[in-house]
Amino acid sequence: MGLLDYFRSTQSRRTNSAAVAKERLQILVAHDRGSRRDSPDYLPALKQELLDVVRKYVAIEQDQVKVHLDRDGDYEVLELNITLPDEPRPVR
Amino acid sequence: MARIIVVTSGKGGVGKTTTSASFAVGLAQRGYKTVVIDFDVGLRNLDLIMGCERRVVYDFVNVINNEANLNQTLIRDKRVENLYILPASQTRDKEALTRDGVERVLNELKQSFDYIVCDSPAGIEHGAFMAMYHADEALIVTNPEVSSVRDSDRILGILSSRSRRAERGEEPVKEHLVLSRYAPERADRGDMLSVDDVLEILGIPLLGVIPESQSVLQSSNAGAPIIMDGDTEAGMAYSDMVARFLGEDRPHRFITAEKKGFFKRFFGN
Repeated sequence: MGLLDYFRSTQSRRTNSAAVAKERLQILVAHDRGSRRDSPDYLPALKQELLDVVRKYVAIEQDQVKVHLDRDGDYEVLELNITLPDEPRPVR
Repeated sequence: MARIIVVTSGKGGVGKTTTSASFAVGLAQRGYKTVVIDFDVGLRNLDLIMGCERRVVYDFVNVINNEANLNQTLIRDKRVENLYILPASQTRDKEALTRDGVERVLNELKQSFDYIVCDSPAGIEHGAFMAMYHADEALIVTNPEVSSVRDSDRILGILSSRSRRAERGEEPVKEHLVLSRYAPERADRGDMLSVDDVLEILGIPLLGVIPESQSVLQSSNAGAPIIMDGDTEAGMAYSDMVARFLGEDRPHRFITAEKKGFFKRFFGN
């Protein structure tokens, strides 16, 4: 490594592209793993059917039903979160 | 009881075949009867890296189709005792590797070998899946580079959900990280993901770090796996890796940059 390279490398230490790579990968990998582990194939269909059932009685929006599957060791917890409107208006 | 070890990565060109070859040679050098199988049907290369390309008569697919038996097909290495190569076929359709066929061949090999090393093709297609499906252990070959790390993580996901052990609810496939083409000075400078960065992201135990080295190309030019050249850093790193795999405690070498003196630093070398 020559004199010029020495200064160049001091400069690149400031930019630190490896830190950027690590941060991007951590986000990406967390996302990949999330979609792999927490959403079995049936989850979207389950959500749609739940929405249809609730809509028989109360008018709600698509995003007011949240379905989430958590795994913790041997346990699987299916979490349903249905937000009802402030003034529920019956469908009929 | 024979152990089946898959060498896999997802991404191509990271050093799977180089690692399979050196790993198999290392196991055989230590007296274990070892066979290394090329699962890359259509693009066989292991025979070239092992230097036995002119001795291939029959191949893996011939054995699966009962056109040849294992004794006719296995190539005995002339340099290392206890080492055999099962080459891939060059021309046939990838689907020729049927799950039952592969299983039958592996079961037959299990009768007479201590270690069965499966060199996986790149990607997550049929060939890669066949190579990993029966594995007891997996060497995940990764370069300190974003796409390679991401692909390795996807492969880990497949191993933990779709391998035979996963399907049968048995003890999971034992995973080992092999970080190859590592350049410590670049990692120190912040230009390359460090060993610790990759370990933190993938979260599997580190088996070996193979330094980036010109001698790897020279060894594949000559058809002599790099582990046979004990004078090279990469060769020593592979020997350490095999020793660790067999349970020896070996500190990691070649993971920190060589300290340069005042003169080297300012006047180059």
